[in-house]
Amino acid sequence: MSHGSQRDVVADLVDIAARTVELARKAGAEVAEALVRDGSELTVKVRLGETELVKEAASRALGLRVFAHGRAAVTYTSDFGAAALASFARSTVELARLAEPDECNLPPAADELAQAPLPDLDLWDERTLAVDAAWAIREATRGEAAARAADARVTNSDGGTFSRTAGASAFATSAGFAGGYRGTYSALSVEPLAEDEGGKKRTGSYWTAARHLAELEDAEQVGLEATRRTLAKLGARKIDTCEAPVVFDPDAARGLLREFFGVTTGAAFYRKSSYLVGQEGQVVASPLLTIVDEPLLPRGPGSRPYDGDGLPSRRNVVVDAGRLTTVLCDLYSARKLGRRSTGSAARGVGGSPGPSASNLVLQPGTATREEIVRGAGRGLYVTELMGFGFNAVTGDFSRGASGFWIEGGELTYPVTEVTISANFADLWRNLDAVGCDVDRRSSLVCPTLRVARMMIAGR
Amino acid sequence: MAERFVFPIDAALAQRLLGFALERGGEYADLYFEYRQGADFVLEEERVKTVGRGVTMGLGVRVLRGDATGYAYTEELSFERMAQAARTAAQIASGGPTVAPVDVAVATGAPSFYPVELPTLEAAPEGKLELLRRADRAARASDPRIVKVEASLTEEVKDVLVITSDGIFVEDRQPLMRFGVRAVAEDGTKRQSGSSGGGGRFGLEYFGAGPDDARSPEAHGREAARVALAMLDARDAPAGEMEVVLAPGDSGILLHEAIGHGLEADFARKRTSNYSDRIGERVASDLCTVVDDGTIGHSRGSINVDDEGQVGQKNVLIEGGRLVDYMHDRLSARHFRRGPSGNGRRQSFRHMPLPRMTNTCLLAGPHGPDEILASVKRGVLAKRFSGGQVNISNGDFVFSLTEGYLIEDGRITAPLKGVNLIGNGPDVLTKVTMLGADFALSDGIWTCGKDGQSVPVGVGTPTVKIAAITVGGTRAS
Repeated sequence: MSHGSQRDVVADLVDIAARTVELARKAGAEVAEALVRDGSELTVKVRLGETELVKEAASRALGLRVFAHGRAAVTYTSDFGAAALASFARSTVELARLAEPDECNLPPAADELAQAPLPDLDLWDERTLAVDAAWAIREATRGEAAARAADARVTNSDGGTFSRTAGASAFATSAGFAGGYRGTYSALSVEPLAEDEGGKKRTGSYWTAARHLAELEDAEQVGLEATRRTLAKLGARKIDTCEAPVVFDPDAARGLLREFFGVTTGAAFYRKSSYLVGQEGQVVASPLLTIVDEPLLPRGPGSRPYDGDGLPSRRNVVVDAGRLTTVLCDLYSARKLGRRSTGSAARGVGGSPGPSASNLVLQPGTATREEIVRGAGRGLYVTELMGFGFNAVTGDFSRGASGFWIEGGELTYPVTEVTISANFADLWRNLDAVGCDVDRRSSLVCPTLRVARMMIAGR
Repeated sequence: MAERFVFPIDAALAQRLLGFALERGGEYADLYFEYRQGADFVLEEERVKTVGRGVTMGLGVRVLRGDATGYAYTEELSFERMAQAARTAAQIASGGPTVAPVDVAVATGAPSFYPVELPTLEAAPEGKLELLRRADRAARASDPRIVKVEASLTEEVKDVLVITSDGIFVEDRQPLMRFGVRAVAEDGTKRQSGSSGGGGRFGLEYFGAGPDDARSPEAHGREAARVALAMLDARDAPAGEMEVVLAPGDSGILLHEAIGHGLEADFARKRTSNYSDRIGERVASDLCTVVDDGTIGHSRGSINVDDEGQVGQKNVLIEGGRLVDYMHDRLSARHFRRGPSGNGRRQSFRHMPLPRMTNTCLLAGPHGPDEILASVKRGVLAKRFSGGQVNISNGDFVFSLTEGYLIEDGRITAPLKGVNLIGNGPDVLTKVTMLGADFALSDGIWTCGKDGQSVPVGVGTPTVKIAAITVGGTRAS
């Protein structure tokens, strides 16, 4: 599909979604909801100065959810032909007979739906769309070249990668919602490689990403920062097992925030899959912790004008000065918990809606990174977390970590092959510093954090 | 639904498309057609709430020139769209001599490592709903403290057709199913969850004949409940380096992360792995022989042909502790001037092939599992895992334990809370000091991610004793 006239693309997709809803209604569905996506991607990778990959393609998909006799089915297809869609709608309705009725699984009331005009969140950038392979190769080359030229100890490279996507999404429901929006996103990452004296390889990558091309960091700066991070890891070693303060660099802190979000959703609550069940309205963290979900941020990587149920997006304060104030709900989990949706549903083409964060912002504090490290005295500065060690039901958290040892309030030598552990109930209560730094590259916006004490397992 | 999809392509059309792909000077091109049907059923709160189904199809076109790849795909299999994809992929090359594709002809058929008469996807749905209910009832019946049960069945049938400019034309049908149960147990203020699952390239025969079968829905339901209940009494895990005993089967996740990824030859080709340039060297204790075997009957990671059209193989990677081979895709095999190893895999037609594992196994050793346990003064027994991850460049890897026990004086004494274990790949297998005679393959649940692509894999090990690895608990030991 041509992207020459993107506004028409959105209108076309809304039209396809609305027609599919109509076809499902004719086939016997009481309720139908159709989500249509259409997008293009370009990815190039340059390694050691040579182009290694050019990938370019357009893609589209349609997801349909129907309710027939109170029973739900979810299906998807990439065949948008008129005859194919009609048969697809009929077979979806037919499929629903297999499910069992669920009184909570109902569409929103008409007056709950997002109304036109939808907010314009400035997610689209013509310049991003115009990026072609030659330009992308040039940027990836610049980034990688800067990384390699920066220091003779950079002996190899995992390359520079530039990617961009441009796409449109439309949603229509039999309850009366019909709308769509479009967005662009581009990213550049560079990953140089250096070797320790013992021959052990170290990589430290750095990346930049934005909805608008003009907001990307310069490719050379990305390369230089990647090399700085790589060289800093040379000579990394294991440390002895101890209990100590742990400072989380924003890259690592995002991992904490992601896990924490998972235990604050309505889906986790009604499934009893959160250690926070029963603690709504209570203090669950240090007063330094405030977390807000911000779907309406202009140019935000996770921004959305409406949610996956067709409800208007809204700002939600999840944690206010340590108190759990809002459990983020889609329509279904809200009904399960006997309350109203917070407009936090996300929906993929092949699935049912579920609660999801948009731009989840951990509100910055007042301390600089240097002050936070100094205040730790002696402890671990974590730049990278590894693995999946989080039990949502109990809050037990245990992860692989690497970073730097803090001694006398300063970063000293690099550390690798250790784990850090704590129960989340303690970890968030022991949060004793929140940085003033803001990193807007990701939909998880998180400053530098410090936890007063955690168990560090090493030798 | 039961009718096999027929790709709208013959040798003559393939020849034309490959011609477009090579018209700018590419050295090699391939076409990957995929028709994937998927379905899923989820039971929650004693009801099958939603059923899902979908179809994706498309063509991926790849062009190689030197180490460079051009890639494009289309979901529409019209001649115009397929030709456009071929010409887009062709752009990686610019000028130079044009190589004509050799004549492609229908090949003599692939082996069959997973003959399935009726994929679960094509079986009557009512019976499948009953499987979920059986698991739910069995989990609930195990103990009144089981308060939530979720059961799911995910199934697919993937038809693929690979056509290459050097003459391969091969089709494969790849059925896959995965069954899973998760239970939550509650006792006063304590709450825990447990899960059990399995599957592979099976039809409904996977579940066995009745409720007493080890892979029946009831068995998975009871097992999920057992884990949740056992973990109710879990205590804080110790922190620091100690002896660890890995139970047979799923513990292969350690192998997969610690050494498997590092032996994928794209890393060796680029010299970005700790195992680069180490063929012939000792990388494990002499007890260890590691194979990657795509030919194991019905296993989740098995492949009749890989996604570059090469027949699935059994490859010895480490023999008696020495590194003997890497796993290859076409690019790396050419770089190392060797034949294919059958490890060129991709997630879908939207992705280019990479060297990937199939079923990665540490073969059985001489020791009895009881003997191994008895030898441990103080350590951890690791039974179930939620996943793992590796840093290819420095070799650090983690795996996350969801069911583990404290071992004291050779005996299991207490269940432990979930923890991460961390080690270094080239180091950890040298610390394998005992290896059981009780090899087991994991019951098909694992999916491996690399470069944003997921593929189903299998793992297998006997009981393994590791002399020292860091356990990431919260209690100083």
